[in-house]
Amino acid sequence: MALSREQMAKRVAQELQDGFYVNLGIGIPTLVANYVPENMEVMLQSENGLLGMGLFPTEEEIDADLINAGKQTVTMATGASVFSSAESFAMIRGGHVDLTVLGAFEVDVNGNIASYMIPGKLIKGMGGAMDLVAGADNIIVTMTHASKHGDSKLLANCSLPLTGKSCIKKVLTDLAYLEIKDGKFHLLEYAPGVTIDEIKALTQGELVVDEQVKEMVI
Amino acid sequence: MAGFNKVVANYQEAMAGLEDGMTVIAGGFGLCGIPENLISEIKRKGTKGLTVVSNNCGVDEFGLGVLLTDRQISKIVASYVGENSEFERQMMSNELKVVLTPQGTLAEKMRAGGAGIPAFFTATGVGTPVGEGKEVRTFNEREYLLEESIRGDFAIVKAWKADKYGNLVYRKTARNFNPMAATAGKITVVEVEEIVEPGELDPDQIHTPGIYVDRLIVGTFEKRIEQRTIRPSYNESGET
Repeated sequence: MALSREQMAKRVAQELQDGFYVNLGIGIPTLVANYVPENMEVMLQSENGLLGMGLFPTEEEIDADLINAGKQTVTMATGASVFSSAESFAMIRGGHVDLTVLGAFEVDVNGNIASYMIPGKLIKGMGGAMDLVAGADNIIVTMTHASKHGDSKLLANCSLPLTGKSCIKKVLTDLAYLEIKDGKFHLLEYAPGVTIDEIKALTQGELVVDEQVKEMVI
Repeated sequence: MAGFNKVVANYQEAMAGLEDGMTVIAGGFGLCGIPENLISEIKRKGTKGLTVVSNNCGVDEFGLGVLLTDRQISKIVASYVGENSEFERQMMSNELKVVLTPQGTLAEKMRAGGAGIPAFFTATGVGTPVGEGKEVRTFNEREYLLEESIRGDFAIVKAWKADKYGNLVYRKTARNFNPMAATAGKITVVEVEEIVEPGELDPDQIHTPGIYVDRLIVGTFEKRIEQRTIRPSYNESGET
C-alpha cells in the first residue's frame, strides 16, 4: 500500500533530531510538525520571519500580525523570535537551518529539483523554495512517486524548469525512501506492502537497490 | 514639518510626488504588514505605469491587487503571485510584466539597495530560469549568481509604532519585508498604528532608525487575514 500523507509525515519525522531548527514547506512537510517525537525539542522556522512557530491559534488567539509562510494564522512557541525577511534568509542561505523538508513536481538522478513552475499552467512563483534548496545541506523532498496518470516523478532529467541544481540527496515518496548519489537513485526503504518491482516500474531514472534495503517502519 | 518631525497631515501629502512610471517598493508578506492606506492613496491618485517591487501582489480586492483593476502596475518584481485571478489574466495577456524573484534574493536586493551595495553574489537560482543571462562566478568551488540590488523612487512601509522622528517598531511577523523596504526608497513613506513623542520608544528596541524615514502618518487598518486557521479552544483529549 502506498503511504498516506500522514504516514509520509511520520516517516520524515524520524529524521528529526533533538535541537534541530527545521523549515517545513507547504503540504505534506507541514504535517511533520504533528509527529515530533516526545522528549525532543525542535524549533520550526517560517521564512516570513518567525523562528519557533507554534500551534494554530484558538479563535480568541487569532492575530492578523502573526502568520506563517503559507499565510496561515499561527502562534509562537516558547522561546520564539521574530525578525525581518533578510534576517530569515540569512539563516537559510547561511546554512543555519538543520533540516529543510519541501515538496516537488520532479527530482532527477543528479539531485536537480523542479517544484515551482509548470509552463503555461502554473506560474505562481518560487517563493522561498530556491533559497531553501540552495542554502540547505540537509533536505528531504516529499512527493508522490508518480503522477495520477502513472508518470514517474523520479527522472533521469527533470523536464520542468528547475528550482535548484544538484542540491537534493534524500527523497521520501509514498512508495519509498531514496538517496541520490553518483547520478543514481538508491532505494533505502520500501513502504509496507509495496514491492521493489513496483518501485522500479515507477522510477524512470536509474535505480539501484541498496544492499541494506528494508521495509519502512512507520 | 520642522526638524526631525516626519509626520505629514494627510495621505495626499504622504504620497505627493508619485508620478507615472515610477518604481515603488512595498513592505508586506501576503496581506500581513502591508501599507493598506498608502496603497489606497495610490489607487485614488490613479498613477499609472508603475513598477512595483513586493513579495506578493495582494488578492483581487485587497492589498496591491486593487492597483490592478485600473491597470496601474505595468511591471512587478515578486516571489509569489498566486492568489489573484486578475493578476493571472494580465500576466497571461502580457499586459503586466512579471519578474519572478526568489524570496531571499528579493529581500537581499532591497537590503543591498538601501545599503548602497549595487550587486551581490548568491547561490540561489544557479542553473534555473532565474540565472539566465546573469553572470556566474565561482567561489570556493561553488557557483554563484550576480544579482543587482533595487532602489525605489518611493518605498511604502507599514510599522506598528513610531515616534515623530520616524523611529519604527514592527509587530510580530508583520515586520517581514518592511525594514528592508524602508531603507530602499528615495522617498520612504511609513504608516503606523500609533505615533508617540520622541523619547517614548526605548532606543534599544527600535527596528528601523528614523534616518530612513521621510514621511510618517498614522492610519487605521483592516488587517485582513488570508488563511484563517484555528484549532479548537477545547478538545476532549486536552491537547489544545
